[in-house]
Parts: sequence; C-alpha cells; structure tokens
Amino acid sequence: MTRFLVKRIGMMIVTLFLIALLTFVLMHAVPGGPFTSDKQVSKAVMDALNEKYKLNDPLWKQFLDYMRGLVRFDLGPSFKYQGKTVNDFISNGLPYSAKLGAITLVFVLCASIPMGIISALRNGKWQDMLVMALATVGVTIPSFVIATGLIYFFSFKLGWTPVYGVDKWQGYILPVIAMGGYSVSFLARLMRSSLLDVMGQDYIRTARAKGISETRVILKHALRNALIPVITVLGPTVANLLTGSFVIEKIFAIPGMGGYFVNSVTQRDYTTIMGMTVFYAAFLIAMVFIVDLFYCLIDPRIKYD
Amino acid sequence: MSEAKVVGNPSANKKILDIKNLDISFQTNAGTIHAIRGVNLDLCKGETVAIVGESGSGKSVTMKAVMGLLDSNATVNSGEILYTYTDEKGQEATVDLLKLPKKQLRQNFNGQRIAMVFQDPMTSLDPTMTIGKQIMESMFLHLQMDKEAAKARALELLELVGIPDAEKRFKNYPHQLSGGMRQRVVIAIALSANPDILICDEPTTALDVTIQARILELIMEIQQKMGLSVVYITHDLGVVAKVADYVDVMYAGKIVEVGNVNEIFFEPKHPYTWGLLSAMPDLETDDDRLYSIPGSPPNLLREPKGDAFAARNQFALAIDEKAEPPLFQISPTHWAATWLLHPDAPKVEMPPELVARLARARKEAEKYL
Repeated sequence: MTRFLVKRIGMMIVTLFLIALLTFVLMHAVPGGPFTSDKQVSKAVMDALNEKYKLNDPLWKQFLDYMRGLVRFDLGPSFKYQGKTVNDFISNGLPYSAKLGAITLVFVLCASIPMGIISALRNGKWQDMLVMALATVGVTIPSFVIATGLIYFFSFKLGWTPVYGVDKWQGYILPVIAMGGYSVSFLARLMRSSLLDVMGQDYIRTARAKGISETRVILKHALRNALIPVITVLGPTVANLLTGSFVIEKIFAIPGMGGYFVNSVTQRDYTTIMGMTVFYAAFLIAMVFIVDLFYCLIDPRIKYD
Repeated sequence: MSEAKVVGNPSANKKILDIKNLDISFQTNAGTIHAIRGVNLDLCKGETVAIVGESGSGKSVTMKAVMGLLDSNATVNSGEILYTYTDEKGQEATVDLLKLPKKQLRQNFNGQRIAMVFQDPMTSLDPTMTIGKQIMESMFLHLQMDKEAAKARALELLELVGIPDAEKRFKNYPHQLSGGMRQRVVIAIALSANPDILICDEPTTALDVTIQARILELIMEIQQKMGLSVVYITHDLGVVAKVADYVDVMYAGKIVEVGNVNEIFFEPKHPYTWGLLSAMPDLETDDDRLYSIPGSPPNLLREPKGDAFAARNQFALAIDEKAEPPLFQISPTHWAATWLLHPDAPKVEMPPELVARLARARKEAEKYL
C-alpha cells in the first residue's frame, strides 16, 4: 500500500507539472499580453510594466520563477488588478463555488442514484420511461438553456425564487438544478444500465435461489456491484461541481471562481490563468485519486500493492 | 392415442417431487416459443434423477420453474409441480409450487427445502462478498441462527465440501479461489439450510476434467450423508452413468424416454437416445469420425407437427410426420415416446455399432459390480 501511495503521489506531481508547463507554453504562444489594450500606452510605460512583472525575461526563466512560487503555494500577483494576488481570487471565489458545488453534489447523488435504481427495477414500465425521458432532456439540453427556462418560470412567472444571488437559501434552488441537471441525467442512466447488467448476473440468481427476499438481493448483492462504474465517474463529477460552472455562476450572479477564470482568459492575466488552471487540475487529480482509494473499499478484487 | 400417461417410478421410496404436464412458453420479439410441452417427471426421496438432452431441450427451464426462477417473459400455461415435505409441525404436506405466491415460494422453499447448484462457479458467486458471508446468508434467514452458530456451521460445511483451511477461506473473496473451490463453495451454499432436494444444473461443465469427478463424488457422498434427493441437468452421459438412478431424456420440450439407468444405457428404445449414446466418445471406436445426430433441434417458435424428432431420425416412419407418438411402456420403469414401439410398427433394431458399443460398456460395468 505504501509503495502504491508513493508511486501514485509521484505520478500526480508529474501530471500537475506537465499541465502547468503545457498551459504556460500555450498561454505565451497566443499573440498579445496582459498589457495589450485598445488604449495606446507609451513605450516607456509598457517597458516599465514588462520589467516590473519580469515579462522581458526568457520564457524558461519566467516558468522557473513561476514554479518556484507554486511549490510555496504562492500563485503570484494578478497582472490586471493592482494589489490583488491569485491566492486572493481563489480564497474569495472558492467558498461560493464550493458551497454551491457541495449542495449540487448532494442533490445529484440523492436524485440520480434512486432514479437509476427505480428505472432499472421497473425496466420497461412507465417509471422507467419517465426517468429516461427526463434523463435524455437533462443530457441534451445545455445548462444555460435550462437555467434560463427555470428563471423564466420559477422566478419571473411564479415569483417563488430570487432571480439572482445566493443571499437567501432559496437562491440556491435554481442554480443547483441547472448545474446538476446534466450530472443527474448522466449518472441516472449509468446507474440504470449498470444495475440492469448486474441483475442479469449469475450471482443474483444464486442469491435468489438461496431464498433471500428480493429487497435483500438488491440491497446486499446488486447495488454494491452496480455502484462500481458509478463511482468511477464520480471523481471528475465532484471536481467539476465543486470548482464551479462559469456559465451558471454568471447567469445567477454568484461571485465564484468561474467568473475570475473567464475574465483572466479574456484579459490575458497570465498568473490568474495559470493559477486557476493549476488549482482546478490539482483538485481533479486529487478527486480521481480519492475515487481510486474508494474502489478497494467497495471492490475486493482491487488491491493496491 | 390419448395424451401421455403419468409416468411413475415404482420405487419403494416416497415421491417428493412430482411434475405433471408442465407446459411453459416464452414471449420473445420473434414470437411465442413453446419451450416446455407437457413434461412429466418424478423424483423420489434419496434418489437421483438425471435429465439429459441437447442445449435448448428445456432441461434447465423445467428446473427453474421448480425454483420459481423463470425469466419474466415466461408463462406457465398449465401443469402442476407437487412437492411433498414435512412441515414445521412434523406433518406431511404437499403443495403445488406453481400455485404458491412468488414471495412465499422464495421465503419458505428456495434454499431451505429446494436448493440449486449452478453451472458456472466463476460467475455464480457475488464478487464483493466474502464466501463466509455468502454461506451464512441463508442460515440467518432459514435456520434463524445467530452469527456464532452460523459461522460454526459454515466452517463445518466448508470442511464437508472438502475445502482445506476453512477458517482462512471463510474470509476469502470468490476471486481468491480456483474454479473447483468455488464450485465447492456453491455446493456449500446450496446445502447451508438443509434442503431436501438439490438441483444441479450442469455442475461440472465449466470445470476441468480432473476436478469434475471429484465434484460428482462429493455430491454423491453428501447425498448419502444427508439423504438428499438430487436432480442433475446435464448433457454429459458420462455424468449420468456415474450418478443417476433414473434418467429422463428430453427433446424439444418433452420427455421422450424415461427409465432406470441400466435400461437407458443398455436397452434404450428411442432413436434419439440411440443417437445420444452413439455420440459419446469411446476408446474402442474404430471410426475416425465421432458420430453426431444429424441436423439441429427444431425451432419451437413453430409447433412441431408429428414427432419433433422425425426430421433427424433415420428410422422415422410415415406416421411420425402426422401424429405425435405417446409414451409406450416397456417395463414398470421404462417408457419411450416413439412409434417404433407400436405393435404394428416394423421391427427396427438399434444400429449394430451401438449394440456392440453397449455390450462393451456392459462388460466394463460388470467388472465393478
């Protein structure tokens, strides 16, 4: 187990380094820079700015400088907002994104898994048809369309929920549904097909032949096996939800990380782009790692050594 | 001729399972498949019945009906499955398993009175549960045992089925055991709640040959120890010869010949049984080619006209095309459904190669008697 952990963490660091390198190179390959703007700035000011932010150094040196900061968890100053650091952006935005994400995650799990189970157990009946119809809608319609539709009906027509903001708890309802819609649909379909597959397995027949009740067959034998593929996709889903959706945060005016990320890209705020990308990547890698650890709890055939 | 008479084994033992006129069809996208067309089958206490036939002849479906494990697209059109047992108060009771509510069948009969061993041990155990837990599961339910008693019994069972180091194996997951070991575990699960009847659906087909004999011997040994009645479903006549008291030969959803093991092996009357016996490999055979019954079983989407075996039968008579043969009685225990047994039928003997082969087999068998 220790060997596995050491190896795995080493691989995670290498992955993160490669992501940082790739992002850095791509970012600098795009013409223009953080101080390119419509307003003409005198050459002297430009030079001074480039000098201040060390943009005149060779690229490799800039990258090394950046990495030196990164290992101390210092993501550097923002190039566009004076006196702000990228760490500030993350610590401002993350709580909002993470709270919305956590609520969405709970919603996704509580909705998708029961939906998938009902649909599989009532295979071909109206419950199955209904769930699958909803899931198809959820997978195919983009979240911003769902969000707009929800706002139109529940906020504008019925007035049940605020149009934007998360000052009151009701404010979370629509963003959570809009953001979780895709994941709910996707996971419900996965849960359904996985459970259907498991219910046809020989060991389910063995369990039935033992004489244990159908409820127990499902709870003790089928679900555990059917959850394995669902857990696989849960890692990326969790990372996705917790780090926020740019679109949903924008629509509902939630001051999460997404907004900073989108702005940083349009403004070529180099350090912010790097910081956000690396943060997101690290989070994703960590989640996949945690899922892998969960695997050996649920599936005894998987052993890490 | 009227419908087939109920065939009885005039055995000294009490009838424990009596399947009467079972008729089952399946709804599929292609249409209705009439898979079981009036099956009669008896099982007496302590005896072993083998059902043999090609794939798709309906062997497994018949036994799944006994367990209430038919797929959801199956319909039981008619028939009875009478099961006689001693109930909790020590009184003898007979129920029709087909008439019981599914829940009650599962709760009071499956596992507890009628247990089943399945074909493929590699897939018939839950990969996420230790074998110990899988064995104890039905004890908690059927024998109302507490954890300690169940564990003690599970260890006993593991030893009974010949698993060394039971204490350690108890905590193992299925993937940590070999195929032969897993089949022993499946047998232990089947035995865990003291059933009266053990149904073995091709218990050795997925195992390698060296293990097959040991598993069969194990089942026979346990049968004697526990006084079980056993039904084997198999297409391996070698298995049948080794274990069975009575043999039911099944073809296209019907029993075409039934008799005790000597009658089926040494005086078979149905051309289909002749074919099955001829298709068995034998060291003495001079031919380079192994005999196989020509053609393939009929598609039961369409009701076969006359004798279902006629098209593949080199001894078929004109009447086989028109009318289905009834079961003709040959001895008190031996019946076969072929027009060749009708008093007016031309005298047809079994193929000489088969006669020679059966004579050899008999000689071989006599050595052991």
